[in-house]
Amino acid sequence: MKATATLTKSERQTGIGLAIALAVMGFAMAAAARHGVMAIHGGMAMVLGLALVFVLGGALYDHPEPGADRLSRYYDAPIRFGIAMTLIWAVIGMGVGVWVAALMYWPEATPLWDWTSYGRLRPVHTSGVIFGFGGNALIATSLYVVQRTSRARLADALSPWVVLIGYNLFCLWAVSGYLMGVTQSKEYAEAPWYADIWLVAIWLTYFALYIRTLARRAEPHIYVANWYYLAFILVVAILHIINNLALPVRWTSAESFPIWSGVQDAMIQWWYGHNAVAFFLTAGFLGMLYYFLPVRAQRPIWSYRLSILSFWGIVFFYMWAGSHHLHYTALPYWVQTLGMTFSVMLLVPSWASAGNAIATLNGAWHKVRDDAVLRFMFVAAVFYGLSTFEGSFLAIRPVNSLSHYTDWTVGHVHSGTLGWVAMIVFGAIYSLVPKLWGRENMAWPRAVEWHFWLAVAGTLVYVVSLWNAGITQGLMWRTYDANGALSYSFIETVEAMLPYYALRTLGGGLFLAGAILCALNCRATMRAAGSREDAADRPLAVQPAE
Amino acid sequence: MLKLHYNLEKVSMGLVAAIIAVASVGGIVEIAPLFTIKQTVEIPEDLRPLTPLELAGRQIYIREGCYACHSQMIRSLADEIDRYGPYSLASESAWDRPMLWGSKRTGPDLARLGGKYSDAWHVAHLMNPRDVVPVSIMPAYPWLMAPLDTSLLRDRLATLARLGVPYTSEMITRAEADARAQANPDAPDAAEVQARYGERVAVRAFDGDRGRLTEMDALVAYLQSLGTLTNAAWRLAEEAQP
Ligand code: HEC
Ligand code: HEM
Ligand code: HEM
Repeated sequence: MKATATLTKSERQTGIGLAIALAVMGFAMAAAARHGVMAIHGGMAMVLGLALVFVLGGALYDHPEPGADRLSRYYDAPIRFGIAMTLIWAVIGMGVGVWVAALMYWPEATPLWDWTSYGRLRPVHTSGVIFGFGGNALIATSLYVVQRTSRARLADALSPWVVLIGYNLFCLWAVSGYLMGVTQSKEYAEAPWYADIWLVAIWLTYFALYIRTLARRAEPHIYVANWYYLAFILVVAILHIINNLALPVRWTSAESFPIWSGVQDAMIQWWYGHNAVAFFLTAGFLGMLYYFLPVRAQRPIWSYRLSILSFWGIVFFYMWAGSHHLHYTALPYWVQTLGMTFSVMLLVPSWASAGNAIATLNGAWHKVRDDAVLRFMFVAAVFYGLSTFEGSFLAIRPVNSLSHYTDWTVGHVHSGTLGWVAMIVFGAIYSLVPKLWGRENMAWPRAVEWHFWLAVAGTLVYVVSLWNAGITQGLMWRTYDANGALSYSFIETVEAMLPYYALRTLGGGLFLAGAILCALNCRATMRAAGSREDAADRPLAVQPAE
Repeated sequence: MLKLHYNLEKVSMGLVAAIIAVASVGGIVEIAPLFTIKQTVEIPEDLRPLTPLELAGRQIYIREGCYACHSQMIRSLADEIDRYGPYSLASESAWDRPMLWGSKRTGPDLARLGGKYSDAWHVAHLMNPRDVVPVSIMPAYPWLMAPLDTSLLRDRLATLARLGVPYTSEMITRAEADARAQANPDAPDAAEVQARYGERVAVRAFDGDRGRLTEMDALVAYLQSLGTLTNAAWRLAEEAQP
């Protein structure tokens, strides 16, 4: 069924109105800026708006309207779109990751062209995977989970589209901006100021949709997964707004200066940066874990009390931990100490979550053995445990004196992002895609098994080689010879990294191969969509008319 | 407690309020004081702002993502001080918007780079690092020889002035002329740059050619200014010597 056919005529008309507004906004941006990146971004918004006008306009009279019985079903069309975008961004983001990795030991691997220079591609990788891949997965699954756990249909049919399409425009603006040389340079907050404002509007729509859907729930209690998704939505909004406060150099230019400077800017940046890890890369994905793992294993969450403890522990402790990114820097010592202390305490709620997930599998271990999808989720929980342990360790000041600035950090990052974030997303995707496209199973069930092993092997090769790289480099930087002089020049420490960088590229290549296989498998499944429907997968209460 | 939570789970807006409240504490306790305590708000008397040319270089540094491989923050550890120089002070980056402390050292720290190499070395290195350091993995930046776009210089200074960087209205109106003059010692108003920004400002043809103003001029001028905007860190290091 085409997505437009799921909208009623009046929804299509409102949609056209919104699309025209988008096109007009894009035109205004382009006309005001006249040249430069902002003008191009305005043009992109205008083209997107016009394309949507055509799609919706064409559908206005062609497709029959959905009947009133739609209200007795969940609204899954935008979720299908979100999953497709997740897969596209996975391939782009990880593809650029491998490219960037190759440039680090073979700097002339790609032509000398400013757009494809390392410094511009690296944020394309980080934004592409975190916001493109991770963000789409989070939004799509959250909309799926909130409906199922509330036994209620989404509050309305248009706002999920606004959220997903608007969010992807943000991602596209961000990464295309970096390629053209526009960046705020703050890690994970590089997008230009107008994209940041746009994201705030999209995020408010998202929050409103989520809370309105929760308000319709047919269950008295809000299920744990939703607490995490809610924390993700709320805290990311707070972090994003505060960290990105900036004054544009000119209202018609993409350049801006942050209102924070120096040490305050550094602290706010890492308060943001670490909690982007916490609430984007952790809380949201824990929501995913708390829904998909128990459902797949067909076992209830092991301990309800533990889930309460770990939720509030994570929400409270994480927000103190950002200063562990600034050990031994010009940040006052007491702030570093607070960051270190809370980071170590953070291990308790983190392991409580990981342990709760793993204990849930008790009694279902035979399923873990036989079902690659459940195995993805199990490995995710294990890597979540490992990377949080590593994180708490790295946050201890003397350890950080060795690891900071080295590839150990990057190894830690990818044990979290490949082992935990990407694995749980793949687990959720393999659970969802057959369901959402009306089939019993993925088109190529055996490819899921292949993907699993590629992903595990890729992660291990990646992480282990960078542990070695980071520890080696950290030690070389601080080695003195018998005369009390530093033993190694900087470039010698760079040379020592090269074999590890090559290995990392290989590991990343394996991981990417798995992701591509997943995308192809999903495409084959989508193409052979069936009409299988789960009669029990319905909202409980009959919905009021929209 | 459990009972309380049992009820909280039934009220979505209650959950929302609780999350916001619990999440706000850490940031408030750690960030708010930074705007008041001496160590983090002090500004050294001899600190000078970047010239328009250096500021343009800084924007190029940001545009090209140099910060992804280079830090500008020397930690207070013996080996870093021996390798790079006195450790960095908060006051040195008081006017840095954004700060460029960095989080990864694929290449060396640059906080005290100014004066370490000649301009010609930097130009050759940026054109192709492997001409100068054969095993370097730093990317080449040949496109930096393009003419510098000066259209935003004035607005940049004006915006920073609004945010509290002490650019005078004269500095703002003369931004473009100052940028041209700083890269061309023959220019009639070359002396004005030092009059406005201080004797320590370098006025040279950074890219080796007086006749044109390139992005290379701007970037090299910026690199040569790193660590030279104030002597505060050196003073502190000397005081600490027995
Ligand atoms: C892929 C990572 C990478 C990027 C991006 C990068 N560099 Fe480097 N840089 C290095 C490495 C590695 C070295 C050490 C080898 C050498 O000197 O070439 C280095 C060395 C340097 C040095 C010499 C420092 C010293 O004390 O010897 C300077 C100056 C420099 N880079 C400036 C820049 C500038 C300016 C940019 C942006 C236009 C940049 N780098 C981008 C990796 C990088
Ligand atoms: C195909 C697999 C991947 C490869 C080959 C890869 C490669 C890289 C490389 C080369 C860097 C730069 C490291 C440096 O500066 O030294 C990097 C950074 C980063 N990557 Fe990946 N990556 C992959 C997958 C992912 C995924 C799936 C995520 C997130 C969901 C992710 C998140 C990040 C982050 C957050 C950073 C920044 C780290 C930092 O600043 O310390 N990566 N990656
Ligand atoms: C208890 C939980 C965790 C703690 C205490 C923790 C701690 C740390 C520490 C100390 C660093 C190094 C900072 C530095 O020296 O620059 C770091 C970096 C990082 N961690 Fe974690 N970590 C945790 C969990 C995670 C997880 C689960 C992920 C990913 C899903 C993750 C992603 C990152 C990223 C992306 C960075 C790099 C930031 C940058 O420099 O750009 N962390 N973490």
